[in-house]
Amino acid sequence: MKITREEVVHVAKLARLNLDEEAIELYTKQLGDILTHMDTLNRVDTRDVPPTSHAIFINNAFREDEVKASVSVERALANAPQSEDGSFVVPKVIG
Amino acid sequence: MKVAVGQIDCRGQSKPSIGTKIRNPQSAMEMDLYRLTIHEAHDLLTRGEVTSVELTSAVFDRIGQVEDRTGAYIMLVKDRAMAEAEAADEVIRQGTGGPLTGVPLAIKDILCTEGIRTTCGSKILENFIPPYSSTVVNKLKKAYAVIVGKTNMDEFAMGSSTEHSAFMVTRNPWDLTRIPGGSSGGSAASVAADECIGAIGTDTGGSIRQPASHCGVVGLKPTYGRVSRFGLVAFASSLDQIGPITKDVTDCAILMNEICGYDPNDSTSVPREVPDYTGALQAGLKGLVVGIPREYFAGGLDEDVAQAVNAAIKVIEELGATSKSVSLPHTEYAVAVYYLIAPAEASSNLARYDGVRYGFRDKEAEELIQMYRDTRSKGFGSEVQRRIIIGTYALSAGYYDAYYGKASRVRTLIMQDFNQAFETCDVLVAPVAPTPAFRLGEKLDDPLAMYLSDIFTLPASLAGIAGISVPCGFSKDGLPIGLQILSKHFDEEKLIRVAYNFEQATDFHTKRAKL
Repeated sequence: MKITREEVVHVAKLARLNLDEEAIELYTKQLGDILTHMDTLNRVDTRDVPPTSHAIFINNAFREDEVKASVSVERALANAPQSEDGSFVVPKVIG
Repeated sequence: MKVAVGQIDCRGQSKPSIGTKIRNPQSAMEMDLYRLTIHEAHDLLTRGEVTSVELTSAVFDRIGQVEDRTGAYIMLVKDRAMAEAEAADEVIRQGTGGPLTGVPLAIKDILCTEGIRTTCGSKILENFIPPYSSTVVNKLKKAYAVIVGKTNMDEFAMGSSTEHSAFMVTRNPWDLTRIPGGSSGGSAASVAADECIGAIGTDTGGSIRQPASHCGVVGLKPTYGRVSRFGLVAFASSLDQIGPITKDVTDCAILMNEICGYDPNDSTSVPREVPDYTGALQAGLKGLVVGIPREYFAGGLDEDVAQAVNAAIKVIEELGATSKSVSLPHTEYAVAVYYLIAPAEASSNLARYDGVRYGFRDKEAEELIQMYRDTRSKGFGSEVQRRIIIGTYALSAGYYDAYYGKASRVRTLIMQDFNQAFETCDVLVAPVAPTPAFRLGEKLDDPLAMYLSDIFTLPASLAGIAGISVPCGFSKDGLPIGLQILSKHFDEEKLIRVAYNFEQATDFHTKRAKL
């Protein structure tokens, strides 16, 4: 197997996803097939090839740090699943 | 008088077999209003022969007739659209309108629209109402275009068939048992079914070009950085690009004029002057060198597709261009490179969906981490979860160099292939997809097979170059086939010139799906 069941479970945990038994089994098989295809890349000699993370050459885009109007607190909170007193409410973090 | 004729319109026919029989010749123009291109609509609007309200009504009537079969739209915004049409009519009366004023357009549901739900085809954003509009939508609004609705798509643009939408299936207007392509399948289907006059899509690995090809319409993916991504829900930030999907090449140039340009809100947009793309709509291809990349015609290419594309190359030669065979030797690695890089970027971009600030939250969890996990597992569909896992894996400790790092280096080689080809060629021409539209469900259980079908659109995306799909024929089953034309960075004018000349020399763009 290209990827083990344990690795799928571990990666899902890193990605904050719950997978049920059925999904673990399915993804283990499918990711195995996909990663086997990815191995074709090993045929390419890339020893002296630099990586590309961005297809267009651009320099850092700097701008003046100016104070400007922004989205209001009310609008920023309008889509929140739960909010209170101008804040986002989340379940307790520390027990 | 025009309104009166318009009222007779389609309501006179109980079962509208659109476009086949028009009994009353007087109603012909009204019958066909929704069939107009952007430039035709603009001409009629400015001459006062039709109003935007009439045109917009005709488009909504058309939607009423065919939408239950195509499923192009996640959401329609008729009341807003009619108000926008009225406002546009006022602008036209004052003589201050532009090429898009009063023209009904469809927007892929991945572009933020202030006050209008933007779902990205995902349950996790089902009720998200953006507090601002994307730059492209703002540009369209400023041009007084009319927004008809938000089109269906694969969830977070991850897919090649639009089957990964959390909400609905979109069917190919040419054959309702087949996919419209993806991920901008809703936009392409809405244009092909005349449910809008033109549309906006996005392309990360072929999501404009492939659905345009499968639906028999024109789709252009601009150079990375040509169009602002501000307000575009991010999938893979180094690849995502917004572009037009239209009924002909002229419309494509018109929309490009409106949406391109540097935006201070997107630091990856490129500060570079935007030419008048309609200037490229000129006759003749004399002196142009067209490269034919061998690797795009290798085994696995459908016979009908090969035939249509080869015939198209002949037409382009007859128009004065010279063709030559070129090699893009790293083409075969594009699927592996793309399906490591795009999921890697996606896994990072989609980390923001945690049920805290916006979007769906699973309210049962009592503890924060559990809330994240429950929210994401219930909010994301299976393809999105699959890609998040691939991406997280490719970036994780111990695998980064072997997967993401390796893919980034091979990406460089793919770019170098193109650079080399463009040293001697003005454009490259190739198929868009190895086959015409496949059947709904055909590749749904085999993600790798779905990924492999993107082979001809992925390399250009990885290189950030521009590409267009223009109709170039039909399969034996009557399915549309697109011709892909590629140019180097920021050379969209050449794409438009070649596509326009090809289009004018052929009649494929005049064919419409029978619905």
